[in-house]
Amino acid sequence: MTRIEQRFAKLRSENRAALVPYVTAGDPEPAATVPLMHALVKAGADLIELGVPFSDPMADGPVIQKACERALRYGTSLRDVLGMVAEFRKTDVETPVVLMGYLNPVERMGYQTFAEKAREAGLDGLLTVDLPPEECDDVAGLLENAQIAPIFLVAPTTSDERIAHVARAARGFIYYVSLKGVTGSQTLDTSALAARLEAIRQHTDLPLGVGFGIRDAATAGQVARVADAVVVGSAIVRLAEEFDGDPVGFAHAASEVVAGMRVEMDRVRASGVEASV
Amino acid sequence: MSKIDWAAFPDARGHFGPYGGRFVSETLMGALDELQKAYEQYMGDADFMAELDHDLKQFVGRPNPLYHAERLSKELAGAQVYFKREDLNHTGAHKVNNTIGQALLAKRLGKTRIIAETGAGQHGVATATVAARLGLECVIYMGEEDTRRQTPNVFRMRLLGAEVVAVKSGTRTLKDALNEAMRDWVTNVDDTFYIIGTVAGPHPYPAMVRDFQAVIGREARAQHLEMTGKLPDALVACVGGGSNAIGLFHPFLDDESVEMIGVEAAGAGIESGRHSAPLCAGQPGVLHGNRTYLMEDEHGQIVGTHSVSAGLDYPGVGPEHAWLKDTGRARYVAVTDDQALEGFHRLTRTEGIIPALETSHAIAHVLELAPTMRPDQSIIVNLSGRGDKDLNTVAEREGITL
Ligand SMILES: Cc1ncc(COP(=O)(O)O)c(C=O)c1O
Repeated sequence: MTRIEQRFAKLRSENRAALVPYVTAGDPEPAATVPLMHALVKAGADLIELGVPFSDPMADGPVIQKACERALRYGTSLRDVLGMVAEFRKTDVETPVVLMGYLNPVERMGYQTFAEKAREAGLDGLLTVDLPPEECDDVAGLLENAQIAPIFLVAPTTSDERIAHVARAARGFIYYVSLKGVTGSQTLDTSALAARLEAIRQHTDLPLGVGFGIRDAATAGQVARVADAVVVGSAIVRLAEEFDGDPVGFAHAASEVVAGMRVEMDRVRASGVEASV
Repeated sequence: MSKIDWAAFPDARGHFGPYGGRFVSETLMGALDELQKAYEQYMGDADFMAELDHDLKQFVGRPNPLYHAERLSKELAGAQVYFKREDLNHTGAHKVNNTIGQALLAKRLGKTRIIAETGAGQHGVATATVAARLGLECVIYMGEEDTRRQTPNVFRMRLLGAEVVAVKSGTRTLKDALNEAMRDWVTNVDDTFYIIGTVAGPHPYPAMVRDFQAVIGREARAQHLEMTGKLPDALVACVGGGSNAIGLFHPFLDDESVEMIGVEAAGAGIESGRHSAPLCAGQPGVLHGNRTYLMEDEHGQIVGTHSVSAGLDYPGVGPEHAWLKDTGRARYVAVTDDQALEGFHRLTRTEGIIPALETSHAIAHVLELAPTMRPDQSIIVNLSGRGDKDLNTVAEREGITL
């Protein structure tokens, strides 16, 4: 079993949903990232999504755009980010780490080189927002060999036919983008979510994560009722802007947000609602 | 090389060899499928094509002339130079050929809101114009730096009823305007049609915009045959995203004797690093929905570009050009800001035509190319736009206050 599979199996046996914070690597400064990852795990994170800064983050709203710009002040590169994963792995061999970003930095490094380096670093998954399954033939085999799960998105606009297609290519988990828009958009409507996740489950046994628009503990709790994983990005990254120049303060504030969500998500699940997988 | 069946490209998934494709976030995949279906359906629909032809004739003013620049040709003492007068189109550039077509598609699809990115503002003006005519809401994204360089066009767009959003992220130029337009589209995908202004972006845009612009080459080919009884020896066009160039080139792809030359912006000089010439000095990568030549650093970050002309100031290029370069069917050169300014003045003084700064790059190359050819040979240059919008830039560079 891969680290991601182990993590979801364990959570399922405990009737808990995974809490997945997203942070942009190198934001607000490169030295802050690994300690931040450990702090998030301590606060209750089950899996970490580490953003690879990109000059043109087309699918992101202003909060993560600015995070990329802060990280790029220091020239944080994909190579650096893999170094951070390796550093994190020295003291945490259980928490899965997934990179989230755009294709070009990976393409520039070379898929073969990326797969080898990512494996050495102890990376578990790769989500490239601008790489749909149709275009991933070149990459899929290399990732598979390196045991890196290709993670794909499903959107509110994804047809049933495409969901089946995505499900065939996906490993690890499937990330349901809970609203039309960029990251950090308006708050999510949880009522329609359950039905939508049910429809996706017709096509896959993979765990379903939900992200985009989850900004407080109450929403995280509602999503945890129906999803296998809750992804929180802008609500955390927003704090990096507030604490620019104070990485310790940022880690502290981010941990508080994560801890609050953890408590609410576990409370909701424990209050009798069965996990849906 | 002659064995390539050019009409077979792109393939069903939008690939020109290794280039092109559809690299976008999942939310847009459905909308792109819908667009592709509509485009394929209507390009074969007699009513749609009749409406398009009618608008190109009655609203845009097509066909525009193929003008034999006799005085310039004589001065250059080489090949005969012909200009395809896209500057005479309504709104002053080739951009309107495409916006007319896409706006008609938007109407067929029942979309009520139009968005677009713009660099020089020509595509923004052409979009705002067709939106006004069809009564559609219109939002134009333009880099803040470009709103400063191209103030007359910003005002024109506002007069036409468009909302112009000055984009303040990244390098504040065309690429950032495109990012912002994509973000808008992802958010408002149900009622919004995104009119991309060049042959870039995800499939089907590069093919669709090419097909709308190919009217340039079809007319020019027929006009040249009629005027001279033969095909031209060379075609020259400036390349930003590459739409005016592909529009001219495409109908000639099977004419093996016709050489094709795309002219990129070398800005302050290729060696300076301050340029916008991905085909001449970049390498393949993925940006804005397609794989193509890009200007990027060793880590795959897109780097800032520079050109005196806002419409060429872009780090990528349409994927079909990447393919034409690799196959050797077209070749690409670059000219500097200073050379472009020389081309600008030379055409203005010799032929009484004030060209856009984008177009001036193509002219600058012809000043070098024509003298190397014989007087019985000919070159068609795409005169992609007129220079009114650039008067401030030219004056400023030359220390003149208007
Ligand atoms: C007059 C003119 N020519 C050329 C261009 C460059 O675009 P493309 O390479 O798509 O023709 C522009 C873009 O704004 C333009 O306004």
